[in-house]
Amino acid sequence: MDFTLKIWRQKDAGSKGSFNTYSVKDISSDMSFLEMLDELNEDLIKDGESPVHFDHDCREGICGTCSMYINGRAHGPQKAITTCQLHMRSFKDGDTITIEPWRAKPFPVIRDLVVDRSAFDRIIQAGGYVSVSTGGVPDANEIPIPTSIANEAMDAASCIGCGACVAACKNASAMLFVSAKVSHLALLPQGKVEATSRAENMIAQMDKEGFGLCTNTGACSAECPKEISLTHIARMNREYFNAKQTSNNIPDKEEVHEG
Amino acid sequence: MILDSKSPHGPLEEKWSKHIFDAKLVNPANKRKFDVIVVGTGLAGASAAASLAELGYNVKAFCFQDSPRRAHSIAAQGGINAAKNYQNDGDSVFRLFYDTIKGGDYRSRESNVYRLAEVSLNIIDQCVAQGVPFAREYGGLLANRSFGGAQVSRTFYARGQTGQQLLLGAYSALSRQVTNGKVQMFPRTEMLDLVMVDGHARGIITRNLITGKIESHSAHAVLLCTGGYGNVFYLSTNAMGCNTTAAWRAHKHGAFFANPCFTQIHPTCIPVSGDHQSKLTLMSESLRNDGRVWVPKEKGDKRSPKDIPEAERDYFLERRYPSFGNLVPRDVASRNAKYVCDEGRGVGATGLAVYLDFKDAIKRDGKDTIESKYGNLFDMYKQITGENPYETPMRIYPAVHYTMGGLWVDYNLMTTIPGLYSLGECNFSDHGANRLGASALMQGLADGYFVIPYAIGDYLATRSYDKIPTDHPSFKQSEERVRDQISKLLSINGSSTVDQIHRELGKVMWDYCGMSRTAEGLQQARGKIKEIKERFWSDVKVLGTNEELNMSLEKAGRVADFIELGALMIEDALNRKESCGGHFREEYQTEEGEALRDDENHTYVAAWEYQGDESNETLHKEQLEFENVKLTQRSYK
Ligand SMILES: Cc1cc2nc3c(=O)[nH]c(=O)nc-3n(C[C@H](O)[C@H](O)[C@H](O)COP(=O)(O)OP(=O)(O)OC[C@H]3O[C@@H](n4cnc5c(N)ncnc54)[C@H](O)[C@@H]3O)c2cc1C
Ligand code: SF4
Ligand code: FES
Repeated sequence: MDFTLKIWRQKDAGSKGSFNTYSVKDISSDMSFLEMLDELNEDLIKDGESPVHFDHDCREGICGTCSMYINGRAHGPQKAITTCQLHMRSFKDGDTITIEPWRAKPFPVIRDLVVDRSAFDRIIQAGGYVSVSTGGVPDANEIPIPTSIANEAMDAASCIGCGACVAACKNASAMLFVSAKVSHLALLPQGKVEATSRAENMIAQMDKEGFGLCTNTGACSAECPKEISLTHIARMNREYFNAKQTSNNIPDKEEVHEG
Repeated sequence: MILDSKSPHGPLEEKWSKHIFDAKLVNPANKRKFDVIVVGTGLAGASAAASLAELGYNVKAFCFQDSPRRAHSIAAQGGINAAKNYQNDGDSVFRLFYDTIKGGDYRSRESNVYRLAEVSLNIIDQCVAQGVPFAREYGGLLANRSFGGAQVSRTFYARGQTGQQLLLGAYSALSRQVTNGKVQMFPRTEMLDLVMVDGHARGIITRNLITGKIESHSAHAVLLCTGGYGNVFYLSTNAMGCNTTAAWRAHKHGAFFANPCFTQIHPTCIPVSGDHQSKLTLMSESLRNDGRVWVPKEKGDKRSPKDIPEAERDYFLERRYPSFGNLVPRDVASRNAKYVCDEGRGVGATGLAVYLDFKDAIKRDGKDTIESKYGNLFDMYKQITGENPYETPMRIYPAVHYTMGGLWVDYNLMTTIPGLYSLGECNFSDHGANRLGASALMQGLADGYFVIPYAIGDYLATRSYDKIPTDHPSFKQSEERVRDQISKLLSINGSSTVDQIHRELGKVMWDYCGMSRTAEGLQQARGKIKEIKERFWSDVKVLGTNEELNMSLEKAGRVADFIELGALMIEDALNRKESCGGHFREEYQTEEGEALRDDENHTYVAAWEYQGDESNETLHKEQLEFENVKLTQRSYK
């Protein structure tokens, strides 16, 4: 198979980028999309041209590192897969393929197709955990959890933190990502204790990072490689609403002491 | 030099608790005076960094990915073992210990393995408390499955994404400590050298992968949790970035490298489809619980599988191992697949594959049941191969998966360099010559959550709080060394790409130091690797500069280290004149073609000391003593 590739090239965060056109020939339909780019890079290097930089690691759809906007879609034309799981048999011989990085203000481009998603880490740091330390926890079977709840929590916990939801959203909202974590932990008895403050803190951080508002268009869920459902956003809104109702009215411990 | 494992004396069951009691403690108020560097934030590193920070140590943690959540641990599918005996099927700490020692073909240390089995209980409790959504039964209690041929159901799992969920748990604990200001996290930062002062590990040199800045970090102890080196074979199931650089560069400073030739070849991976292949994908071994492995009886039978009648199929695992059948351990299953392909009975376009067939399972249990168990794996298979495994048997072939070898550590997980520790897949410790399924996750978390917090105190309690400034000559020298290597790599400007050379290395390693090995082949490989090394340093082409994101440069440094490690693996495989676990020397086999150990002469850990050249290292032996199990020939007939 032969393809024409239009790829976004940008030297670094400070430079202006533009599209470059390349052609690749004799591509096997069994190749993965990233293997096709590997071939291109090998050729570029041999010609003394800088290879196209892109993020990837596991190449099996679980680490969330790969992140390409292909022909106007996050992770390309197929549903429920990541870029690294895309194979060339999904394209037609002779196709022109346009490849861009995630485009969202909170994900600045580092080079070519590589973006900075550290905002996601900071959102988790703001509260995406259960506050337990190592040791001194109860036996794992002490609290039974209905399978329906465990399954729903697992669905939410499947998020790989890739950022496709943000890239697909016209407002660059991170609601699907944030709600997946809030929902995963709020569903489980272990995480329930801190559910409201968690939602509040994570949303505050999300806003601070400059992610946009959610206007319920659902592009995020439609493009999410793990098919994270919009119901998690609803659940988070509930937690958040609770938070606004309660914790804003209760002074922190420190304030009590100072008072 | 005598290698002292520092295993405590006394009965097996009391060793660890006695050791904890005897270990020196750092007073809570003084912990904050110590800085600890944790390199790698996979399961082992993230759990260690979080736990040490919770205790009060100041932690600096490093990973090369853009986030700690993306470490290779994320890809583990099948599950994690623990001797909870929730199923009332006769499991116990001793049984898990025994299975691990036996599965490792009696090449691991009793004391470490027993401790691993002991703390396995706490791991599951810890993970559940963090919110890890393990699979559950209808009554709401945790579900288990039997895995990799174990005779009891002790494997906990979260769908086919156990590694992901465990890593996200450890990552959340780590993130909490970042917020608490006790962990400083450095993503996209690669360790390129270790810094020694007065014979102790006192810091590291790193490269910021975005800006290229070379930096020094000083601490009172350094933990390497940098994972395994399966990518020395180029093609493996490991993530693309997995590498040996941190461990290898520590090795050059005096950390012994143990049993480097012990690699695990996993039997159920999707076969190579062509020269473009960049990595291999594992199909969880749980598939062997229901799938039947077969090839045609006749050589070169190119009929489609559905046209081959029952009578003309050879279910070779069931035939050779009637009691374990398709569930024989990984090394046995892999080797047998190789044999039938070597005989010319392999299937698929390349002839390097065997069938894994679900037809009978679907007939017995219904498609829905099979789908609920393996749906995501079947989808993944279809995605990659374009074939539907509900209708046509999967094609599988063995692939490099895990490395049992690694930095030598004592009972405290300390390497032969004082103050330098190694955790997780990076060390050699618990799996002997073959790792059991679902035991790597267990080991990584055992090391990080439950061993290092005690072990490190015993060392730090003897050390002064003084910090070493990073303008100390040792730091400056190491920085220089790192800069020189980078300049060298960028200046060669030859004609071979890094990947080209890496592929060649991988092929040599796979052909001569893979599933089966011979003295003759290994000797040939020795010469070939020498050539590859020479070519690398005279002909590699790395474009660009240091002061930018430069992925070819990153890879070049890693491949340079893989080449040297490959040479040492060859020496180790030559030295071990026996077959055990994943190390199969054709000269040493039973009449039935099974691995033949030589306990009299080889019941030891081979620990190699660098002497300025990897093809000429000094061998040190740690004799293994077995006081609690009897060495037997493994038999799965
Ligand atoms: C496909 C697959 C499936 C598996 N399934 C299972 C399973 O079901 N059950 C099981 O028990 N085991 C399984 N394993 C094995 C298991 O996943 C690994 O052995 C384990 O996760 C290793 O964890 P780790 O913390 O030691 O290393 P890793 O998770 O590999 O982490 C290494 C860390 O080190 C960092 N690093 C490396 N080098 C440097 C450097 N120079 N500078 C800075 N940082 C560095 C990386 O960024 C990363 O953070 C599987 C393995 C594979 C490949
Ligand atoms: S919600 Fe989906 S698209 Fe968004 S980060 Fe998670 S996995 Fe990626
Ligand atoms: S590279 Fe890991 S999800 Fe694509």
